Amino acid sequence: MSDVTQSEVPQSAASPALDKIREIIASREVVLFMKGTKTMPQCGFSSRVAGVLNYMGVDFLDVNVLADAGIRQGIKDFSDWPTIPQLYVKGEFVGGCDIVTEMTLSGEMDALFEQSGIAYDKAAAEKIREANA
Amino acid sequence: MPMEAQDIETLIRESFPQAKITITDLAGDGNHWAAEVIDASFKGMNRVQQQRAVYASLKGKMDGPNGALHALALTTKAPD
Repeated sequence: MSDVTQSEVPQSAASPALDKIREIIASREVVLFMKGTKTMPQCGFSSRVAGVLNYMGVDFLDVNVLADAGIRQGIKDFSDWPTIPQLYVKGEFVGGCDIVTEMTLSGEMDALFEQSGIAYDKAAAEKIREANA
Repeated sequence: MPMEAQDIETLIRESFPQAKITITDLAGDGNHWAAEVIDASFKGMNRVQQQRAVYASLKGKMDGPNGALHALALTTKAPD
């Protein structure tokens, strides 16, 4: 047994944080990694995305990265994306604050929810667009 | 040390020499920036792929609490 070689898998790929992240993302259809929680966001960008989802009546899991340093770094490695918030729909990384905002205003977010069979309030989405027209 | 608009543009320009780049200081504090990058190489890429490429050009300047760039709102697209 002494000649067992060290695993060549990079440490990040094998980290418990990444396993946990995969589990979280698979556990719900819509997951938002954010600073703070959906009821008490602690960063303007996180607040904006959580606010849009709340307003559109989307059922989503909020993961507070400030509560777990491993998740906070791990989610950036996982998606190869340097900022938080990060939105996942059906296991796929959708984007951060700028992309979610653009997609909401263009109607692409509606299309994504419809394709993915995720319930949302279309009238609320229209209201957001009207207010930002 | 916050970054100047010119520093941000220079970094992005190294990776996207032909791009149309517009940098805006959102809050007037040299710490909250917006960058619009329009580049032909974005054609056929989705927004996540486009913005990943721009983040990569910033070479870790956005990383963590000690990153030089605290906030950068990105807009990316291919030219019409």
